[in-house]
Amino acid sequence: MSIEVKDLSYVYSPGTPYAATALDHVDLTVSEGDFVGIIGKTGSGKSTFIQHLNALIRLQSGSIKVYDIDLTEKKPDLKRLRGTVGMVMQYPEYQLFDETVEKDVSYGPKNLGLSEEEIKGRVREAINLVGLDYEDVRDRSPFELSGGQKRRVAIAGVIAMRPRILILDEPTAGLDPRGKKEILALVKRLKETSSPTVIIISHDMDAVAENCDKVALFSGGKIEKVGAPREIFYDDELLLRAEMDVPTVVKIVKEMEKKGVTLGEKPVTRSEFLASVKRWRNG
Amino acid sequence: MPIKFENVNYEYPTEDKSVVAVKGVTLEIEDGSFVCVCGENGSGKSTLAKLMNGLLAPTSGVVTVDGRSTATEEETELFAIRQKVGMVFQNPDNQMIASIIEDEIAFGPENLGVPREEIGERIDYALSAVGMTEYRYNTPYKLSGGQKQRIAIAAVLAMKPEVLVLDESTAMLDPKGRAEVIKVAEELNKQGITIVLITHFMEEATRADRVIVMNGGSVVMDGTPAEIFRKREEIERYDLELPVADAIAAALIGEGLPLEDRIYSASELAEAICRSK
Repeated sequence: MSIEVKDLSYVYSPGTPYAATALDHVDLTVSEGDFVGIIGKTGSGKSTFIQHLNALIRLQSGSIKVYDIDLTEKKPDLKRLRGTVGMVMQYPEYQLFDETVEKDVSYGPKNLGLSEEEIKGRVREAINLVGLDYEDVRDRSPFELSGGQKRRVAIAGVIAMRPRILILDEPTAGLDPRGKKEILALVKRLKETSSPTVIIISHDMDAVAENCDKVALFSGGKIEKVGAPREIFYDDELLLRAEMDVPTVVKIVKEMEKKGVTLGEKPVTRSEFLASVKRWRNG
Repeated sequence: MPIKFENVNYEYPTEDKSVVAVKGVTLEIEDGSFVCVCGENGSGKSTLAKLMNGLLAPTSGVVTVDGRSTATEEETELFAIRQKVGMVFQNPDNQMIASIIEDEIAFGPENLGVPREEIGERIDYALSAVGMTEYRYNTPYKLSGGQKQRIAIAAVLAMKPEVLVLDESTAMLDPKGRAEVIKVAEELNKQGITIVLITHFMEEATRADRVIVMNGGSVVMDGTPAEIFRKREEIERYDLELPVADAIAAALIGEGLPLEDRIYSASELAEAICRSK
């Protein structure tokens, strides 16, 4: 078990006339190796939830355990927590600040109190992992890079901490198709090499269907359902209630059903769909 | 003919070398059309947008709006051009200046010296055109991204423009916000306003009556959405992405399904697959 969240509730500005419940009794268990997609409308509590996972927001009620770090304790080991849970915020390139790419990426590992040599090795590895050439970019200003490159530098800064859990809040927002493809491929590669557990928040249902093996649907501060993509995206009543869109593949399957053709399977990815159509035509 | 490019080049000056962002572009944007300009980052599409109302003047070549060159030194000329060709940008948070939406909308017409009573009418018109009438006395800060962009569009509409240029105005929005902005653009186009939509989402291009694809500063494709989408390999070469339903249709055709070679929405594709057996 890498993350265990039980009965988590959170109220912004509690005890004031502006009190707003952002999370309402949320439970979620994430196992090592999961690729979790968090979906839900804007304002449904997704970002508030993930910010709890590395204690950017402190616990008000409920419990959170990340491996053996218990966030209900009075003084949990935040340094170790933040080395375990790497958080890539929305538009992370806005958070770049240092003069050179190397210095910027070094910032996190430096705060972990590692040796100079260890830091250097990690930074080189992280920059290469995100698909940039260390020798080429190390002395350049992060601000003279392209949008997609800046985002990769920001991600390198997080993975240089070698987090076992990587959390990304809308990692492809605002990128062009090439940038989007590159970032999704990078996340997959990181999952295979350095961070076995990945959680992404996304509004792109096609990307969620293609990449995630587990989906948590947020609505009004609650998790309405957790399940495999096909368990979520074929639950019509749930999707209607949460006002959620579905992947294009599911849209096509639903339209085919309206016309009286049932594939008898529940494909959510493109390749599953193509295989289903093939079987139906041959059947 | 509101906007005309004749052999236009634009170079960004940088310290050591200049970067050519737009190369030898000749085109006309016709009155009342809905034009979508697609291209990957760095293809020159945003520079093209900024050349349309004189925010940038061409390094060589000429851009004219209703016959007037945008490279004019005359401020009044330039103001007239910008009043005709309004622009909305990418980041919804960087475009608001007033703390009340009504004041935000009034800012443009006030600067044009529009009489007070008429400003009231223009605010009514602009807010209703984007479906935000009930927010007139609210603050813009608490709006969603899609709503903020609709307010930014309303602020441009209050200047009574003939052309609305949306420079990646949907790039930072969630799917709902994107749909809101596109719907408003379609409505305005029906009322006769020319729309130029700059985007890297090709599914937004399905609504246009003309698609221009930019790559490396040049116009590399120009045609109706149907003509453009049919050239799948070429689109991929320019690092653009077909809408998912079209990509699936292409894969099915590749597997020998007898589908017509055209643009499909999800429901049209479903129907075609059902008929294929």
